[in-house]
Amino acid sequence: MSTMSAPLDESRGVWSLPYRGKVGMASLIFAESAIFTIFVVAYLFYMGKSLTGPTPREVLETPIFYTVCLLSSSLTVHFAARFLHLGRRGAFLSLWMVTIALGGTFLYGTTQEWHRLIYEHGLTISTNLFGTTYYSLVGLHASHVVAGLVMLSSVLLFGLAGRVGREQSARVEVLSLYWHFVDAVWVVVFTVVYVLGR
Amino acid sequence: MSSDAIAIQTAEATGQPWVQTLHEWVTTVDHKRLGVLYILYALFFLVIAGLEAIIIRIQLMRPHNDFVSPQVFNRMFTMHGTTMIFFVVIPVLFGFANYLVPLMIGARDMAFPRLNAFSFWLTALGGFLLYFSFVGGSGLYGAGNAPDVGWWAYAPLTSRAFSPGHSSDYWTVALLVSGFGSIGTAINIIATIISMRCPGMTLSRMPLFAWLNLIMAGMVILAISPLTAAQVMLSVDRYLGGHFFDTQAGGSATLWMHFFWIFGHPEVYVLVIPAFAFASEIIPVFSRKPIFGYPVMVGATACIGFLSLSVWAHHMFTMGMNSYANSFFAITTFAVGIPTGIKIFNWLGTMWGGRIQFKTPMLFCIAFLFQFLIAGLTGIMLGTAPFNWQLSGSYFVVAHFHYVIVGGILFALFAAFYYWYPKITGRMFNETLGKLHFWLFFIGFHLTFDLMHIPGLLGMPRRIYTYEPGRGWETLNLLVTIGAFVQGIATLVFVANLAISYFKGAKAGNDPWDGWTLEWSVSSPPPTYNFASVPTVASRRPLWDLKHPEDPDSRYE
Repeated sequence: MSTMSAPLDESRGVWSLPYRGKVGMASLIFAESAIFTIFVVAYLFYMGKSLTGPTPREVLETPIFYTVCLLSSSLTVHFAARFLHLGRRGAFLSLWMVTIALGGTFLYGTTQEWHRLIYEHGLTISTNLFGTTYYSLVGLHASHVVAGLVMLSSVLLFGLAGRVGREQSARVEVLSLYWHFVDAVWVVVFTVVYVLGR
Repeated sequence: MSSDAIAIQTAEATGQPWVQTLHEWVTTVDHKRLGVLYILYALFFLVIAGLEAIIIRIQLMRPHNDFVSPQVFNRMFTMHGTTMIFFVVIPVLFGFANYLVPLMIGARDMAFPRLNAFSFWLTALGGFLLYFSFVGGSGLYGAGNAPDVGWWAYAPLTSRAFSPGHSSDYWTVALLVSGFGSIGTAINIIATIISMRCPGMTLSRMPLFAWLNLIMAGMVILAISPLTAAQVMLSVDRYLGGHFFDTQAGGSATLWMHFFWIFGHPEVYVLVIPAFAFASEIIPVFSRKPIFGYPVMVGATACIGFLSLSVWAHHMFTMGMNSYANSFFAITTFAVGIPTGIKIFNWLGTMWGGRIQFKTPMLFCIAFLFQFLIAGLTGIMLGTAPFNWQLSGSYFVVAHFHYVIVGGILFALFAAFYYWYPKITGRMFNETLGKLHFWLFFIGFHLTFDLMHIPGLLGMPRRIYTYEPGRGWETLNLLVTIGAFVQGIATLVFVANLAISYFKGAKAGNDPWDGWTLEWSVSSPPPTYNFASVPTVASRRPLWDLKHPEDPDSRYE
């Protein structure tokens, strides 16, 4: 194949292509966005169409605190990845732990909200269209938070074992992309469920 | 120095125990082996879904026939459609993409080899689950069996009341699981093409095959994901008592139709764009000319991909949308004809003035061109809302989309099978048997699907189990069934040719067609590592440059 090196100049220079992990994660985010879009469309389509109560206006409370927790975890994961890139592993690990704690707090908020809706208001997934669409959309997002937390925690375990260094920073950045996506989706879900939907 | 000089014999050639060979194939993460697995898996299901089609045709051969019961008939058309789309055409296209994309762009493997294997086994599990429904679908109720809700599974047919047992759940889970596999493979194809190209392989020098598969993968991501979401909703309805598609509780059956066709129509283009990719590689080689209008081909395909995302509701004209929606979806549907026409003219422009070699792959490509044109024309007829009101749900529609899928996609696939068979197996196929296959299939195809338009125009609805005599449908249906048998025999010739040539065919050598893309530069079958040294390319036809150093393409591009 050495003869394949036909006369060309530009390839003698730098031949660099995007990191495949980033491209793969970007593609996954597009696919996930399409899935979320369908659930959001279903939520908007069925808004106010429930034949029986309870309605969102009666039972939903806006989770401001937990939303702030989740959105600020985007900042912490970003700076954690930045610190790892700079080789400051201590700062990386502590910010990484803060990210997991913030994500965990958000998840706790969701469980509290569901507990209240189920036990105080009797709203389940089969009660009415609001219940069906609400639990599906918020549950889909929560399942992504869970998946994200599992991945963040496994990186933390490797990190505590001293196995995450600067050479992994590209991979850690790919994971942080996913976490940013989970946060960005929450902005949409929050707007649809707690702002438009009430 | 050609790379076969340093090809290392893989272990499979020598007499090792079959268990070890099996273990190697099951645990493989090599893109070529996974490609072959995809293709063999699809061929297996092609035979099964083909038999289901034959059963449907025998039942409709004459009026008041009772070859199968109405219940079995419903299962047969549901399984035929679902299998052909999800477990034949998608896997076989992914198989070719898997095998060829890394070779064509000069890469060692796909971007994520283990994800690749995972995706294949998910798809395999999906097909197994779908067919397990024949034994496992009855569930606690003792009702059901295989899914019988049609391949688009409209609500409320899928509700608990009308679909007891687990047959619809097997359908849902099979599509969900294979959908995850498809998304995984699509991500892999995109990342491979964006990030794994060899030096000099700029986007504007990629073979059209890689370009079109990139667009196809992007569409898989945007089209299969909505289906996945809709299947999750259907499961919520069936298992958790949700009301997404439950009209009794204010849910909407129409919403399912929208969600299904937001997947369903782009899916047609997911299937046909790789067929375009095959034609775009094969027609130039057998016309001995470079492809005509390369940038326009890429642009037109991207345009088709974009437009196809906004045409879905032309499947739903009869459901009663307002006139603005009808006009919008009719206009977007017509608009798809423009880039498609550009592509057909470009292929003709490639053949124009070329020294055309009428080998088997080229015959299939030429038939593809003209049949796909006719399929597109009936598509424009059906895209006209008033015409659609008359003929929606008739055999005219069945004839139209089989013209697309058989006359277009399957013919291009057969061309691809013959064109790359020497590369994948290292043996030449039998040209006589190949031509026999072509002519038999060509005659059978036209007997079946040309004539099938007419009962549709005469008012024969699709999915009916039988019909009354004296409506002028009998002779036509008999001929359609005979055509189906001719196609079945032709397919047997094809499979026999593949099997016999694998053992008896002449050695193919690296480059039997005097091709121009990188896969022809390596030995046949290619070594595990693909390229001994990373190739460097300077034009769209690297092998032309290599064979004609006095007049390389790179001088003009």
